[in-house]
Amino acid sequence: MRPRLGSLFAVLFIIAAAVSLAGCDKNAPGAGLGLGAGGENYSPGSKQEFNGKIGDTVRYLTDSSQLTPEGQQILNAQAVWLRQYTNYPITIEGHADERGTREYNIALGARRAETTKNFLIAQGIGPQRIRTISYGKERPVAVCDDISCWSQNRRTVTVLEGGGSVASY
Amino acid sequence: MVSRRLTTLLAAILAAALLAPSLASAQVEVEIRRGQVRAIPIAVADFTGDAIAVETAQIVTADLQRSGLFRPVSNSAFIERGANVDMPPRFQDWKVLNIQALVVGRVTDTGDGRLKGEYRLWDVVTGRQIAGEQFFIPRNTSRRLAHIIADAVYERLTGERGYFDSRVVFVDETGPKNQRVKRLAIMDQDGANLRLLTQGRELVLTPRFHPLSQEITYTAYREGAPRVILRNIMTGQEEVLGDFPNMSFAPRISPQGDRVVMSLQEGRNSSIFEMDLRSRRLARLTQSSAIDTAPCYSPDGRQIVFESDRDGKQQLYVMNADGSGQRRLSFGDGSYSTPVWSPRGDLIAFTKRVPGGFAIGVIRPDGSGERLLTEGYHNEGPTWSPNGRVILFFRESGGANGGAKLFSIDLTGYNERQVQTPSFASDPAWSPLLK
Repeated sequence: MRPRLGSLFAVLFIIAAAVSLAGCDKNAPGAGLGLGAGGENYSPGSKQEFNGKIGDTVRYLTDSSQLTPEGQQILNAQAVWLRQYTNYPITIEGHADERGTREYNIALGARRAETTKNFLIAQGIGPQRIRTISYGKERPVAVCDDISCWSQNRRTVTVLEGGGSVASY
Repeated sequence: MVSRRLTTLLAAILAAALLAPSLASAQVEVEIRRGQVRAIPIAVADFTGDAIAVETAQIVTADLQRSGLFRPVSNSAFIERGANVDMPPRFQDWKVLNIQALVVGRVTDTGDGRLKGEYRLWDVVTGRQIAGEQFFIPRNTSRRLAHIIADAVYERLTGERGYFDSRVVFVDETGPKNQRVKRLAIMDQDGANLRLLTQGRELVLTPRFHPLSQEITYTAYREGAPRVILRNIMTGQEEVLGDFPNMSFAPRISPQGDRVVMSLQEGRNSSIFEMDLRSRRLARLTQSSAIDTAPCYSPDGRQIVFESDRDGKQQLYVMNADGSGQRRLSFGDGSYSTPVWSPRGDLIAFTKRVPGGFAIGVIRPDGSGERLLTEGYHNEGPTWSPNGRVILFFRESGGANGGAKLFSIDLTGYNERQVQTPSFASDPAWSPLLK
């Protein structure tokens, strides 16, 4: 049920972002710290900041569980953020695209989740904060039938658990 | 024994596997020409007796027709009306229809909650009876009466066991592609009597039958991880098999019904373990820095075929049931997965990644004779009919509105048919013949 909650959050977030963008003065004082790439105003240490500014998703290549340079970059940023905001337990979801068989994809998704987990642990995130789950090909984010979608579905998603929004330094 | 094995081998070489030298009637037999089956022209007379008799005959006709091995003549062409089990038919009236065999039957309500089924199978050419039987079944399982008769006809005319009195468990799929709701479902092999077993609150995958009891095993996302479940189909009672720190998945029950083989995740890898259902003791069968999964027993329970990416891409491997003697089975281009051993033991069906798509194929347990039966954008998850003659699988169309549907195909690669289901359907598993 987590994915549904996730997408609900995503919808709420998009609405919130649209509202805040509509009334946003980019030169307003204090907008600096939480400013996303698109100018979105995130509350520091929030899930919205993590998902929108850092990026919760790391993509993998076909049939691979090796991190790409881009993937490492995102995970480095995730680690920096997660070291700063230690109040979130983390679930790493591993996913595969539809171009594989069901049981293998479950194992492949698990392998990707482990890769992401191990990278974060190596960057100083406590193993006890992290749990993993593989959804195989059961929960695609993109549903078209070409490579543009498959490449989005080969991924891990770092999901912040709990309601913690209090920043701890 | 030797000659039977030889026959099986020959049949496989011919990609045909359907010979019946020891029939009561030598005139009636299925002929195979260049891998293509010449269907037997047959007539199923309107059954007499109970109100459901006509429908019973229609179900028999449909079973035989769908097998691809029979060509039933439409009952609008019949000359003799009222042919019944009490007397021989007027053979001349059936001969002119150019049929070889005739089925007559009667269904009687016994008044005590049962139905009596009777049939006679006639060789129209020689005028001799090939088979005749009467039997009783509970009234509320009336369609089985037809399937039992169809199986008897199939068996007498092809020399092989039938498969019509059997069921299929599968996953019913509804909702948008990125948020699919999956429910366990069970139906007769012809799609009738469909019943949903779960409500869709949890994600369920890959159900498989217990070979001897009214149980299935499947994978469900429960308490935060995929876990292996054993479920009684009649009572709905369930049990999680084992309590593992990581996910457990890909279960299959041994032919003797006493063990379950499954994959357990160990860090980045997945290995194959066997659980004894009585003692619940767990035995490791594989250990490699790889994904070992989709294990399936041979019909004698002595060997297990599985897939592994230990040599790079996914390939098929065979081992003894205790994990010893692991050897690679598939060496072709592409990757191989979801191996399933035929109940006859002579072939292993698999899913194969091919350029541009996924195919369903078969290979002999010694690695020879690989043959692809159907290819396309995405075919996956073969399962065998109880007699090892027909393969059921799912075919997924791509795109936002795409989804999986069930298809059956003859071992020869001919007679591909969609099995109608109300919603999208995947992960089929065929039951043994009902008892």
